[in-house]
Amino acid sequence: MPYGPHTAEDRTRMLQALGIDSVDRLFDDIPEELRASELRLPPPESELELSARLAALAGRNRTDLATFLGAGVFRHWSPPVVDQILLRGEWYTAYTPYQPEISQGTLQSVYEYQSLLAELTALPVVSASHYDGAAATAEAALMTCRQTRRARVLVSAAVHPHYRATLRTYFGGRLEVDELPMLADGDETGTVDLTALERLLADPDRPVAGVVAAQPNFLGLIEPMQRIGDLTHAAGALFVAVVEPVSLAVLAPPGAYGADIAAGEGQPLGIPAQYGGPYLGILASTDALVRQIPGRLVGLTTDLEGRRAYVMTLRAREQDIRRDRAASNICTNQALLALAASVWLAAIGPHGLRDVAAWGAQRAGELEAALAAVGAPRLHRAPYLNEFAVRVPDARAVHRRLLERGVLAGLPLADVLPDQPSLAEALLVCATELTTADEIARFAAALGAELAAVDQADERVPVSASAG
Amino acid sequence: MGVPTDLRYSKDHEWVRVDGDGATIGITEYAAAQLGDVVFVELPDPGSTLDQFGTFGVVESVKAVSDLFAPVAGEVVEVNGELAGRPELVNEEPYGAGWMLRLRIADAAQLEQLLDAPAYEQLISET
Amino acid sequence: MGVVGERLQPSLFERSRPGRGGGKIPHPPAGALDRLPAGARREQPPALPELNEPEVVRHYVNLSQLNYAVDTGFYPLGSCTMKFNPKLNEWAARLPGFATLHPLAPDEVAQGTLELLWELEGALAEIGGMRAVSLQPAAGAQGELTGILMIRAYHRDRGDTDRTDVLVPDSSHGTNPATATMAGFRTVTVPSARDGGVDVDAFRAALGPRTAAVMITNPSTLGLFEKRIGELLEAVHEAGALAYMDGANLNAILGRFKPGEAGFDVMHFNVHKTFSTPHGGGGPGAGPVGVGERLVPYLPEPRVLREPDGSFRLERAGERATSIGRLRSYAGNTGVLVRAYAYIRAHGASGLREVSDDAVLAANYLKHRLRDTYEMPYDRPCKHEFVASAATIKRRTGVRTLDIAKRLIDHGFHPPTIYFPLIVEEGMLIEPTETESLETLDAFAEALIEIAAEAERDPALVREAPHAAPVRRLDEATAARQPNLRWRPMAGDTMPCPD
Repeated sequence: MPYGPHTAEDRTRMLQALGIDSVDRLFDDIPEELRASELRLPPPESELELSARLAALAGRNRTDLATFLGAGVFRHWSPPVVDQILLRGEWYTAYTPYQPEISQGTLQSVYEYQSLLAELTALPVVSASHYDGAAATAEAALMTCRQTRRARVLVSAAVHPHYRATLRTYFGGRLEVDELPMLADGDETGTVDLTALERLLADPDRPVAGVVAAQPNFLGLIEPMQRIGDLTHAAGALFVAVVEPVSLAVLAPPGAYGADIAAGEGQPLGIPAQYGGPYLGILASTDALVRQIPGRLVGLTTDLEGRRAYVMTLRAREQDIRRDRAASNICTNQALLALAASVWLAAIGPHGLRDVAAWGAQRAGELEAALAAVGAPRLHRAPYLNEFAVRVPDARAVHRRLLERGVLAGLPLADVLPDQPSLAEALLVCATELTTADEIARFAAALGAELAAVDQADERVPVSASAG
Repeated sequence: MGVPTDLRYSKDHEWVRVDGDGATIGITEYAAAQLGDVVFVELPDPGSTLDQFGTFGVVESVKAVSDLFAPVAGEVVEVNGELAGRPELVNEEPYGAGWMLRLRIADAAQLEQLLDAPAYEQLISET
Repeated sequence: MGVVGERLQPSLFERSRPGRGGGKIPHPPAGALDRLPAGARREQPPALPELNEPEVVRHYVNLSQLNYAVDTGFYPLGSCTMKFNPKLNEWAARLPGFATLHPLAPDEVAQGTLELLWELEGALAEIGGMRAVSLQPAAGAQGELTGILMIRAYHRDRGDTDRTDVLVPDSSHGTNPATATMAGFRTVTVPSARDGGVDVDAFRAALGPRTAAVMITNPSTLGLFEKRIGELLEAVHEAGALAYMDGANLNAILGRFKPGEAGFDVMHFNVHKTFSTPHGGGGPGAGPVGVGERLVPYLPEPRVLREPDGSFRLERAGERATSIGRLRSYAGNTGVLVRAYAYIRAHGASGLREVSDDAVLAANYLKHRLRDTYEMPYDRPCKHEFVASAATIKRRTGVRTLDIAKRLIDHGFHPPTIYFPLIVEEGMLIEPTETESLETLDAFAEALIEIAAEAERDPALVREAPHAAPVRRLDEATAARQPNLRWRPMAGDTMPCPD
């Protein structure tokens, strides 16, 4: 065993102390008929061999592409200080701070994360316990049901499809989820249909607990959050804003437009994409919901001698104490990711954060112009920040062919929103401060070449048809 | 630990002070001490009706949570709003300012099923 | 000299000075944000701290030194398997091919990661004796929710809709009943037998046409193998219910007991326990779920599939109509799973079996060393952890388990899990793991024996512990009554700045 300390002599000493001749005796309580069949796994590998295997596997993923893919996970500059702090064993090999006297590092860092996110969201209560944007959104929706004692939630169709799918799984048919449609035409196409919202909220037999909408929405568009919130509150429901944290440097924060809860994906705050996680679910609420928010909370208090000290608090809400009446089964404290987000925010600073958001907008504007120039115009007219959809005929095939040209051309929307016919021929593309002018030029040139090829193919069709 | 003689007690450690058809309810000093520092009390809305020995709320201490049981059935007339901001009253004055709710007794005969002070003292000395 | 550093730190916000920092990001052209509508813009910029990089580094390095961690010392936290976290695994997860891969990247871009995930699914299925594995759940608790939701879907598909109850023993983790509630079930708690095992007769009495599932941790949270598990599983299936195994304690039985072979229908793996992925101060984890034949159709999406040509791909949304759906975004906590994969490949079958052998041997040895000083309420060989009780010490000296735990800090150790499981008076759950040397085990035993002597000699010393930590015991009542959950500048010197 590679990491075990025991010599043969150590084992003998322990067995002798126990008065047994073999460790097998300690497993005699497993009934004969239930003992495991032989474990069939590849043989152990030395560190040298294993490192080569791992490097080879990692090498089979392509890292050479100019990428314009966002859709909830965004590339950002992460100053090396972030990962170097994260690699300290005192952070990553500790556990949940059950013993506050020897866990002040983790506790203060979580408290500071809560404080930083409270600033960003303009909501006072923040929990660092959540897995990702999807699970945080589902927990937020459940909070609205507990608080209002109602059983129906409206979710905008322009919320990330994975978040909506997760919410449906969490609600599991016990609680109702209705989809709030997007406008299908006009200048605001692709944003929440406010008339439909009013209608869905008005059903007296099926009162709504909460309304969930995203800013920017999954298509990158800016939603009328204040209006959505006002209509929601007028119906006695709570408003959940699904947010992207970097955008909060420049977009109005949930607390400013009256959202009761903010949920979202914390990955953009210095956390690598790593094919899906681990990420950080953002969950923040008003003070009125402090007893409904699931997960660990860290509070500031004093020790016996009056020194400042931090401790997990309001613990009697949690699963280890409340068991079947807990607000959630959540047990995790996503502390290491909260730490990454905090160090990233501290290193980048408030001005840097604004610059990151502004660069995304700048590059996205350049990208929009470059793609429009080669025949792929924006699909929507509503304003956007750093992500938008472009119209591309035969989007899936073009996307695949662009890979061969070294470009990851965002996301074919038909892959994730097959139920939206208006998005069948569209790519969702994004830019960040890491996107270069050169990459934009490469993308535009490659797309232009592909679209020209498609046009030529289209022109050939009648010819070949007549020939057949 | 004194057990006031003018009150009735349930085996779940709630006390009742009867005044005509009204009753004031709280938890005993013994119960509060067992819980430790009370940090939160969840009480029903006025107007709700309670069954005898049914739960009417929850009391939380730093590391424990416990149900509250109604010693008699009735309609909730008033809850102690003070406790929202000062839950420590449950520890400090369990029979006074730490009261939890007042209700209109539905059936006075139910009071017969409760313990008097000596019987309650006996109960807590055995546990 | 304490077991952790002593220098408390001012908050990030107190360290901030307007104008500090910068230099990370170039300034964008003016007007970059002009196209944002006025109504959508932020009016007040967020009041985030301004620090230069050296200040950031000092802050977080000094804070880190206030933490006790596996990398600094023995961490015998029962039920949490605080084993060594191999450094190779940290290196591997940071390889750019793994770390920078976008979760919606096309399959052909992600073949290396997909192959790793596919292999890991196979290895976990083999270890658990299960038919198939989903890597999607983000943590053990989410794995539990996944499992119980699959069980619900199974009953519903059979038209068996009256099953409303989930049975758990009273020694279970709190996540089990909390999960049952989240999935829409009622929890029925079954008391344990006097020997600490599941009470099969009590379970039989509680089982019936309303039982949807039984959730069992084996070995139990008392560190005991459930000897009557075969009988229990038979009774569960006879009643038409399914059996969930909480895999929290898998570190004791690798290669010795495969839950699927014994008849469990579904289980979760805590890779941060058994397979050494770091605990991270509480997270992240990952909670893969293994299922037997009956539940395969209900596995969450997406699964990792191997095509006939040997390439790999992620299942598409809606491809399998029977799936319970998604539990989270994207494929799963892949960064964590890379580490678990590396751990399993480093050990192979023989190494994993040795892990459990050594973990169980260490626990029994430590229990043996302590048996004359602390009560052992369940006197039979334990698995990878055991419960000791300080009930007698408390009666004689007034010193509680909490005090003993705090005093361990002065002796240089992280305390064990205390007051869990709830069914043991003054209990402490001790789990040494297989990566601690005999010298460490002996030193820990001696510390606990010495504390018992201190309790007799000078109970106040123990009751007021810790004495060698950066802070004394905390005012948790005020923290909960008047929660202060975010930084606000403080007036006066009620809580002076540590610097």
